[in-house]
Amino acid sequence: MNNKNRLLIFTALAVYGFLYLPLLIVVVYSFNDSKLNAEWVGFSLKWYDKLFHNNEILSAAGNSLIIAGISALVATVLGTLAGMAMYQYRLKVLPGLVLAPIAMPDILMGVSLLLFFIMLNMSLGLISIILAHITFCIGFVALSVQARMSGIDRSLTEAARDLGANPWQCFRMITLPLLAPGILAGALMAFTLSIDDFVVTFFVAGVGSSTLPLQIYSMVKIAVTPEVNAISTLLMLLTLILITLVARLSPGALRS
Amino acid sequence: MFKLLEIKDVSRNFAGFTALDKVSLAIAAGEFFTLLGPSGCGKTTLLRLIAGFDQPDGGDILLDGKSIIATPPERRPLHTIFQNYALFPHMTVADNVAFPLRMVGCNKAEIERRVSAALKDVSLPDKAGHYPDALSGGQKQRIAIARALVNRPRLLLLDEPLSALDAKLREQMQLELIKLQKEIGITFVYVTHDQGEALALSHRIAVMNHGAIAQVDEPSRLYGFPRSRFVADFIGHCNLLAGKVMQLQGDRVLVELAGLGAVQVMMPPDVTVEVGSACTLTLRPEKINISSSLSQDEVQAHFKGVVHDMLYLGDVTVYKVELVNGMLVEALLANSSPGRARFFEVGDQVEVAWLSDAGHLVMD
Ligand SMILES: Nc1ncnc2c1ncn2[C@@H]1O[C@H](COP(=O)(O)OP(=O)(O)OP(=O)(O)O)[C@@H](O)[C@H]1O
Ligand SMILES: [Mg+2]
Repeated sequence: MNNKNRLLIFTALAVYGFLYLPLLIVVVYSFNDSKLNAEWVGFSLKWYDKLFHNNEILSAAGNSLIIAGISALVATVLGTLAGMAMYQYRLKVLPGLVLAPIAMPDILMGVSLLLFFIMLNMSLGLISIILAHITFCIGFVALSVQARMSGIDRSLTEAARDLGANPWQCFRMITLPLLAPGILAGALMAFTLSIDDFVVTFFVAGVGSSTLPLQIYSMVKIAVTPEVNAISTLLMLLTLILITLVARLSPGALRS
Repeated sequence: MFKLLEIKDVSRNFAGFTALDKVSLAIAAGEFFTLLGPSGCGKTTLLRLIAGFDQPDGGDILLDGKSIIATPPERRPLHTIFQNYALFPHMTVADNVAFPLRMVGCNKAEIERRVSAALKDVSLPDKAGHYPDALSGGQKQRIAIARALVNRPRLLLLDEPLSALDAKLREQMQLELIKLQKEIGITFVYVTHDQGEALALSHRIAVMNHGAIAQVDEPSRLYGFPRSRFVADFIGHCNLLAGKVMQLQGDRVLVELAGLGAVQVMMPPDVTVEVGSACTLTLRPEKINISSSLSQDEVQAHFKGVVHDMLYLGDVTVYKVELVNGMLVEALLANSSPGRARFFEVGDQVEVAWLSDAGHLVMD
């Protein structure tokens, strides 16, 4: 092995270490049988046990799942339509409109949505969080669906029409099944984004309805307890699973 | 002739570009009709208008005498074979073939019976459970045909269906297509840019150029009696000799060939020939004879030349002979007698001759 290669491997290790060591520390200390994040005492699952008896955390987790579920579902339907429209009509403004929320800084999104909800005289809570999450999730679904759509041979839908399918049958029997991996990847991505979101949620949550990231933040304000480590580890695990699924389903990884 | 499909003055423009310019055609029931022309001449555009994937900017398309312009593709009693076959990748072969039957709401037993019959027709009964990915090009082609024919359309449109196959398979599929079309009697409208394929398959051919129909005729008439320089040049090999009409002599025309002199040519059918107008004498290479000495029998036109080039092709040898006016003509000699692959060598002095009915006159 020459020097250049060694340097390359060293750099790679350093970068990965920088990326994953902090996460690893959180995971390790979540199993630590000590109240302090200072030294390793022994393996224990007690923080997880405590977690599952903490009503605040459980309700925040429940909220997070409900919000992520509903906003992913709605964003998937709307994003799929948007993605198909982006492919079909090739309007110059459409991609901009759909994708702007992705590029917009979260804090701007949060502030403007908050102002908007207040202007509408809406009470802040689960509904406002869900609406906010839908707005920033649509773009990701649309992108994923559009990418998949451009991979579908146009002659397939024409062949379906030619062989007797009306536009709706053609969509249901040809376009939708072929689009499914893209839609699913988009949905999982939306779910992940929603469950992880802090900034936008922070602005539009109001009082009383908390989500996991908000809950973790409020706990950390007091101290980084092993309990926080445990809940962070679980959240990390969920995200990891979802991202792996997305990677599997994304067009690049697909065989067909 | 019973007109199944009629195309009347159909035009199509794409952002200022005229892809089809007032095209008119009539296709009879049971016909194997071919649209032939160079790439970009508008064949696919016309086929898509017939199928209903696209709308014409002018003109009308009639099926059984009724306009189908306003009918969506799914309600036109015709199917298309796409160049890439367009088999649905997420369905098995059997589901692909069953698709048109499902769309019209056939019952299960009926679907099963007709799908297996259709697969048997294309001799692939054991592929029913396979996915299209697992088929070879020729097999995909046959499944596409089975799917398009399973509910017996009035008309089958085929857009260069054989262009993705290798030469040997293509020839085999050509024979199968001819047989199939004859057996089921469904009208075929076939698109190709391969003139050999068109000649081999069709009852009639429409030659297209720049979005317009250049000539519609049977293959042998198209080959023997082209109406224009373009058709003569596009169908098979052809020598094109520019000239001028000198004199009309009953069923003959006296033509002055530039730099060569006057020759007698048969009066072309269905064309008005005027003295003094520019014309082109079209001569197929196989109708030109070259020899070292002239035998005076029936030969009407003969010129001196020098062998410029030759191409030995096994069954025939193509000679390119330079005439006295510097023009190159191609002549084809069959190598039917053994050991006589080379009649002449490059640089040989030869006599180029043809019978007066060998050439065909087209007006410029
Ligand atoms: N949707 C379209 N938009 C713009 N121009 C088009 C469109 N479809 C076809 N054309 C143009 O119309 C002309 C005819 O195209 P068409 O596909 O009918 O040619 P073709 O005869 O089928 O050629 P090929 O043998 O290469 O398939 C081409 O110049 C093409 O660029
Ligand atoms: Mg074409």
